[in-house]
Amino acid sequence: MFTAIFGSVELGIIYAVMALGVYITFRILDFPDLTVDGSFVTGAAVAASMVTLGYNPLVATAVAIVAGFIAGCCTGLLHTKGKINALLSGILMMIALYSINLRIMGTTTEAATRPNIPLLNTESIYSMFGTWWTTLPIDDSLKNMLSNVVTGAVPSTFGTIVLLAAITLIIKFIVDWFLKTELGLAIRATGDNKRMIRSFSANTDNYIILGLGLSNALVAFSGALVAQYSKAADVSMGVGMIVIGLASVIIGEAIFGTKTIVRTTLAVVFGAIIYRIVLAIALRIEWLDAADLKLITALIVILALILPQIFSKMKERKRKAKRKEQFAASVRGDHIA
Amino acid sequence: MLKLTNINKVFNEGTPDEKVALGDINLHLAPGDFVTIIGSNGAGKSTMMNMISGALTPDFGTVHIDGKNVTADAEYKRARHIGRVFQDPMAGTAPSMTIEENLALAYNRTKPRTLGFGVNKKKKDIYRTALEMLSLNLENRLNAKVGLLSGGERQALSLLMATFTQPSILLLDEHTAALDPSRAELITNITKQLVEKDSLTTLMVTHNMQQALDLGNRLIMMDKGQIILEVGPEDKPNLTIPDLMAAFEKIRGEKMNSDRALLG
Repeated sequence: MFTAIFGSVELGIIYAVMALGVYITFRILDFPDLTVDGSFVTGAAVAASMVTLGYNPLVATAVAIVAGFIAGCCTGLLHTKGKINALLSGILMMIALYSINLRIMGTTTEAATRPNIPLLNTESIYSMFGTWWTTLPIDDSLKNMLSNVVTGAVPSTFGTIVLLAAITLIIKFIVDWFLKTELGLAIRATGDNKRMIRSFSANTDNYIILGLGLSNALVAFSGALVAQYSKAADVSMGVGMIVIGLASVIIGEAIFGTKTIVRTTLAVVFGAIIYRIVLAIALRIEWLDAADLKLITALIVILALILPQIFSKMKERKRKAKRKEQFAASVRGDHIA
Repeated sequence: MLKLTNINKVFNEGTPDEKVALGDINLHLAPGDFVTIIGSNGAGKSTMMNMISGALTPDFGTVHIDGKNVTADAEYKRARHIGRVFQDPMAGTAPSMTIEENLALAYNRTKPRTLGFGVNKKKKDIYRTALEMLSLNLENRLNAKVGLLSGGERQALSLLMATFTQPSILLLDEHTAALDPSRAELITNITKQLVEKDSLTTLMVTHNMQQALDLGNRLIMMDKGQIILEVGPEDKPNLTIPDLMAAFEKIRGEKMNSDRALLG
């Protein structure tokens, strides 16, 4: 059980990078961007192909990020210059990326296209970090500490989770910082009130394109991390990714609040982790099958959307009842006096 | 400062809904001019504002700002030189952003937006000083989200933001029409104060005749897409509402719907 939870926390931290990307489009730009399902795979495909072809995993991951950025910019161009509806531009880009991803993975074989790439005996950013990490005494002492606390198997290394946590936190801080720069403020205003920010000499088209590019760069980065983590890239690994991203954003916001940007991005990161844990627990229910994953995802999102409404309604009802009581009490008090 | 030459615009051309929105408008504003525009609904006042801001482009005719032909420039390009306040208090600010962030957006109007912080200590002082002018105590609420402000406060902030970088031209499009009388008066006073401070060249559309007479050094009346009356700086101080009504009747030969013109 502990290793299962541990694994879902690791996965959650990776997917948090994707969720931050979804947060930028969905919340900051107010743009429901479905490119995510495609650009996630693009990131994975580029990283997996380049690693297979012998490139350094760091270079491969960097190129994957750039590929995601370009994909996002294309969606932005379709929407702003082509005047295509936001949802449709994302869907068009997503479907186009499906073929492009097959082609990207095809670069590793004789055939033109390839549906998946296993990464069994290749280097990854985890193995690179792990070699350095295991030379430190921290890992063993952590494992010893843990084996005293829990019974059963302990994770083989803490290197991966440390690296992932560091990456995700750095990305979170970069997002926080960026959204406070003059450029970031203009992107936020574009999502908030386009007419207003245009009257302050901002080219909203450019900001939409830039925002979508940055968002999909994060999504592709997450895809590259997942491919190296699960040691495979698959053309269908992005199906439903936007829903997972939304689930993370919505769960996080519902639990941790949205008072400031810094808090909201942290909420999104925790939302991604909680989503994975909930999923891991749900899948341990006996009569549920791994194939039910997407159904469970949909249910989690629906619950995360509906429950806060019910809670706030209940709270409001309680508040009103209390007010009524207070009023009644004060009237009674007056009579006695 | 601002020159409109032979501006023409027709909406829905060739359909039964065809409407001449602007029929050959010529207007010239000298630096420091404050022109109030009155006219009934559909007279073409807002269309003219949109022509100047670049939200609409004329069928033909030219717009010059600071002696430069900007007719083909997009709205965001012209916006460097044009400050604008809309009728809707929600339209001029970003509701989910804080007061200081909104001011940062306005502060960046004339500069390229960079990766520097939009709000830092030095800029905060500038924003605070500017807000003090409004005497609405907003300078102590720099971190409040603008969506939480009242309509009057938001409109005052919009006005401050529009004039923050001393634009060549200030466009006020019925910017007090959505407010109650006391708030409208407050905004009118702030308008006067801000415009006088930097002697901004201003165009103000209003349905309130008294306001049109109180503010500005020139007045124009529009009807059916044309400027039908122009009152210059010499005559404007002595102008009264009956004068305007009489002038309108004389020109159009019809009784002006005074209720509509007054209450808008």
